[in-house]
Amino acid sequence: MPDTGLDTDLENAEQVVIGNGIGARVRRKEDKRFLTGKGRYADDINRPGQTHAYFVRSQVAHADIKNLDTSAAEKAEGVIAVLTGADVAADELGGLPCGWGIMGKNDVPMHEPPHPILAIGTVRHVGDPIAVVIAETKKQAKAAAQLIDVTLEEKPAVANIRAALADGAPLVHDGAPGNVAFDWEIGDRAAMEEAFANAAHVAEIDIDNNRLIPNAIEPRVAVAEFDTGTGDYTLFVTSQNPHVHRLLIAAFVLHIPEEKFRVVAPDVGGGFGSKIFPYPEESVVTWAAAKLGRPVKWTAERSESFMTDAHGRDHVSHAELALDKDGKFLALKVSTLANLGGYVSAFGGAVPTFLYAPLLAGTYTTPAIYCEVKGVFTHTVPVDAYRGAGRPEATYLLERLVDRAARETGLSQVDIRRKNFIQPDAFPYQTPVASCYDSGDYEATLSSALKKADVDGFEKRKADAALRGKKRGLGFSTYLEACGVAPSAVAGQLGARAGLYESAVVRVHPTGGVTVFTGTHSHGQSHETTFAQLVNDRLGVGLEHIEVVHGDTARIQFGMGTYGSRSLAVGGEALIRAMDKVIEKGKKIAAHLMEASENDIEFEGGSFKVTGTDKETPFGAVAFAAYVPHNYPLETLEPGLEETAFFDPLNFTFPGGCHICEVEVDPATGVTEVVNFTAVDDVGRVINPMIVEGQVHGGVTQGIGQALLEGCVYDDNGQLLTGSYMDYTMPRADNVPSYNVGTELTLCAHNTLGVKGVGEVGAIGSPPAVINAIVDALSDLGVTDVSMPATSQNVWRAIQAAGGAK
Amino acid sequence: MTEVTMTVNGKSVTADVEPDTLLADFIRQNLSLTGTHVGCDTSQCGACCVLVDGDSMKSCTMLAVQADGAEITTIEGLATNGTFHPMQQAFHDNHALQCGFCTPGMLISAIDLATKNPDISESEIRHGLEGNLCRCTGYHNIVKAVKAGADAMRG
Repeated sequence: MPDTGLDTDLENAEQVVIGNGIGARVRRKEDKRFLTGKGRYADDINRPGQTHAYFVRSQVAHADIKNLDTSAAEKAEGVIAVLTGADVAADELGGLPCGWGIMGKNDVPMHEPPHPILAIGTVRHVGDPIAVVIAETKKQAKAAAQLIDVTLEEKPAVANIRAALADGAPLVHDGAPGNVAFDWEIGDRAAMEEAFANAAHVAEIDIDNNRLIPNAIEPRVAVAEFDTGTGDYTLFVTSQNPHVHRLLIAAFVLHIPEEKFRVVAPDVGGGFGSKIFPYPEESVVTWAAAKLGRPVKWTAERSESFMTDAHGRDHVSHAELALDKDGKFLALKVSTLANLGGYVSAFGGAVPTFLYAPLLAGTYTTPAIYCEVKGVFTHTVPVDAYRGAGRPEATYLLERLVDRAARETGLSQVDIRRKNFIQPDAFPYQTPVASCYDSGDYEATLSSALKKADVDGFEKRKADAALRGKKRGLGFSTYLEACGVAPSAVAGQLGARAGLYESAVVRVHPTGGVTVFTGTHSHGQSHETTFAQLVNDRLGVGLEHIEVVHGDTARIQFGMGTYGSRSLAVGGEALIRAMDKVIEKGKKIAAHLMEASENDIEFEGGSFKVTGTDKETPFGAVAFAAYVPHNYPLETLEPGLEETAFFDPLNFTFPGGCHICEVEVDPATGVTEVVNFTAVDDVGRVINPMIVEGQVHGGVTQGIGQALLEGCVYDDNGQLLTGSYMDYTMPRADNVPSYNVGTELTLCAHNTLGVKGVGEVGAIGSPPAVINAIVDALSDLGVTDVSMPATSQNVWRAIQAAGGAK
Repeated sequence: MTEVTMTVNGKSVTADVEPDTLLADFIRQNLSLTGTHVGCDTSQCGACCVLVDGDSMKSCTMLAVQADGAEITTIEGLATNGTFHPMQQAFHDNHALQCGFCTPGMLISAIDLATKNPDISESEIRHGLEGNLCRCTGYHNIVKAVKAGADAMRG
């Protein structure tokens, strides 16, 4: 039975925990600079002698570059240089690397085509960079770009999965026949087939998971400079993981010494996955800065963000669920086609495989699961991790299928889930798709959500809505996700080409203040506050004396950065372990100062105490003694008080919960409104309830965005039709309701804090709840499916296809 | 080049600008007030909002020369003597910001809304903020903050 610990009701959390430690609703330390316009984002950085880069990009999806004449541009006012793929080849630069290899069926590895930083010979998506103009001003660079004469021989393109897999489809890469990059499988096919043979009922579903464009509000930026005297490179970049950027760019693309390359990710205006990966522009400006001996700056225009930031999702799947006569799940069979885009991005292969299929058991005891995934090249921008990354796709498929199975078998949405939940006493629970869950209580999150959402009162609300001509529906999602990436050894066995530990340095200053250097990166997640709360809780140091530093490879030890809801579960644990080393050393110093045995020293409430006496030395006095070691055991102990810890977890973490969505649909127009949304999540121990709520609100809004509003559209020729905020519908304040959120707690079994991660749960759990609610609202009209995004047009068409509003 | 003179955060500034210089670029580059952000190129995201003679305006969609003679307030001009404007305080108290990138425009629009409609409702706030995109907060806490800030501004 897992420790159920505190039951934190977020809305009342301030009544539960006072002070500034774990569980307290502390207002954020980072707010002041953002609220007063003093944040320092990459585009706010300007270097002396700076030049400006503007990229010439392909305006077609697939073409061979027949001629590229840059001579007029080179002579234009203010132009310093024009660089093309020929220069990239001449300088023998590498391409952008793939961080995770996939081994397909029959040990056939994923096809990994070269991904040059400026196109060499062929362009493979709209926005593929062909040349860069570097000029004294951005205006001059942009004007000169118009003078570049590019002759493209346009070739047929494949813009979506179905077109790419059609017989005789044009190839994106010659080395990938049929446009298949990999054909991968997981699970026991024979066991699955046997279970299906004995099924009383089989529910089936065809699911498209719509392609999304991440749209952090801060566009990508790269500012590079090169010191001709020292040979040092510096890159200021919008990155979620500056050390990863440094490693990949230095080792694979530019072939420069890592130790001569500083990467700074200053304040970053949101990432959502899109700022994990190395992109061409960052390498180009760094290379150009060294070539020209002057700083080079590039800031994406939003239209460039739309066409060049890695997109998310884009799956086509068929799934079948076998049930026995009582509604118990016997087996699940899933076949998925995943769009990779024109190249394999850093984690493009991992997202639709290892971050997807191992989640297909969800919160259920399904004993046999088999899943096969084909990764498919298309002439579109690469697809990679976007908030949730693989897990929203798995959750959407599974929770839509469970909803359908309930409708077909006559079980209620609640009963079918309860019948199949993994029970609280079953942990650790080994699923048939590799994941081994450590803790959870899915009944607890479900029953809490049922109460919070006032599901008992739904029928009355539905009747009231009917009087207004509206169809009201209720949708459920009892999801599970895996985050806190990752155990390095496991990830390595699965094809990851990097470790996935995290690091922390705790530097105690002579005056007793503390600086934490973390390898994670905060781009909205509030680490400066959450990590400070951990330090306050453990060392008793006041929040005002704690600094959290991140985002600069020159100041910080190697770290893997922030994605996959890993910062607290991995980086926070590293911080705890570094603090424990500080306390251990502090005990030795305190023992010397108080002339006691080290074994008799305990650390409590910010003070070292001699057990059983009233003797104590405050933390600050021990810190001072460590740096002014006049009375100090120098023969056995080094001076100073600074400790480092690297932490590599034993397992992923497994947050889960229940999301309940209530919608009203106007059957005449298809207009759908989310009128209530309840999320009860188990994210492990909550350090700051205010911050956790904020993460859930944001994630749920992205999930509602996917379900109702957002959809990337390429036309059949590979032109991006949704290339601006005028065409791609972002959730706005009047598209979403206020939310009803709460938490239930089971502790993660393999980190000290018992934390699981909260960054992605909202975006993972919510889309199926929304679509299931629409299907519920329209079920009496015969509607069984609505595709995402459920725009008013899509909903109206689903109603018409079912015979129209009655 | 054209000469423009305007009052920015209470100080008069005069500069020679290219006639096609956007107000957002003038503020960020000529005046080095980088708190005003640019998040799009179609007047949709609202990160660049500044107060122009008391109205929230998208400074990416206005030429600097159009602001000649105007009184401009940017996010840097909201606090007085180190004390937050009530709307800044409300954003802080209600965790209405995460990455902070949309925050300057949100604050400016929120102040505009609350000034013109002191007893503003949740629905009016949500509609009033539809010109400002936030990808982090899901708007929940922003809406709470604008209500609290409006109440505080009313006194």
